[in-house]
Amino acid sequence: MNAPDDLDRRLVIATQAGLPLVPRPYDLLAEQLGVSPAEVKARLAAMLASGRIRRIGAVPNHYAIGYTANGMSVWDVDDAHIEALGQAIGRLDFVTHCYERPRRLPDWPYNLFAMVHAGDRATVQARVSEIAALLGPACRGHDVLFSTEILKKTGLRIGGDG
Amino acid sequence: MNARSPAAPLDELDRRIINALQGGFPISDEPYREVADSLGTTEAELLARLQRMLDTKVLTRFGPMFQIERLGGRFVLAALAVPEARFAEVTAQVNALPEVAHNYRREHALNMWFVLATETPEGIAQAIARIEAATGLPVFAFPKLREFFVDMRLKA
Repeated sequence: MNAPDDLDRRLVIATQAGLPLVPRPYDLLAEQLGVSPAEVKARLAAMLASGRIRRIGAVPNHYAIGYTANGMSVWDVDDAHIEALGQAIGRLDFVTHCYERPRRLPDWPYNLFAMVHAGDRATVQARVSEIAALLGPACRGHDVLFSTEILKKTGLRIGGDG
Repeated sequence: MNARSPAAPLDELDRRIINALQGGFPISDEPYREVADSLGTTEAELLARLQRMLDTKVLTRFGPMFQIERLGGRFVLAALAVPEARFAEVTAQVNALPEVAHNYRREHALNMWFVLATETPEGIAQAIARIEAATGLPVFAFPKLREFFVDMRLKA
């Protein structure tokens, strides 16, 4: 992947803590960065179109909006089938993230991670059972790691200013 | 805020704001006014509620969500098995790194799970080395091999 150009990087550093809460936020950014408002808007639109920005929006605290059960389900899936099965799990509407990751044998046999959020643990477990049914015999074992505390949730911080 | 805290009191407009703002926020001259109009409220009310929800940590952030990997950097999930007696100390040591974007306590022998976000690929190994030096604990890194799906939106 190409290195970001200077304006991309300066936009990351200027907004990584948040978009200004003022009526004309892009004008304020333009002033801070010494470019025109039109340039800021065009660049942000380009970054969205290329996936350098996933979206512009709010990140809720899961617990605060009622998702008090947050389970990281982890699965030991036959490597020969993980691509098709990972895509199938990723399509489930209750899975918010789904990744293949390396095993760390012998302690950690799991290679598929799927995050499941719900209002209570029983609902998470029921959804985990749905995933298990979908994986079938290609899955040799699984676990669910519930979160019990958010220790930090600042998001990305580059540029050395904390 | 931990898992045992009661959910913050949110009214119907708060929830509609959270839901609307998990979608695409406009890139326009007066984006808050546009969103406020679509929600049937005022720009001033929307800005005040956003500020309050950020202050009370109902929202952890509002702004662009950068995919740092498309900007040449890396995100890596990593975990530690932290002795219970040292949990607070290790939390402080790990959270002190700006490269640690999120950190969660989980119920497992690997009881601390965090995401490292760095501007360069080499930054990940450097951050891991610093955490191992500070804590004396081995870091288990779980870089993603394939991404099947990511959509962090949750209906409030």
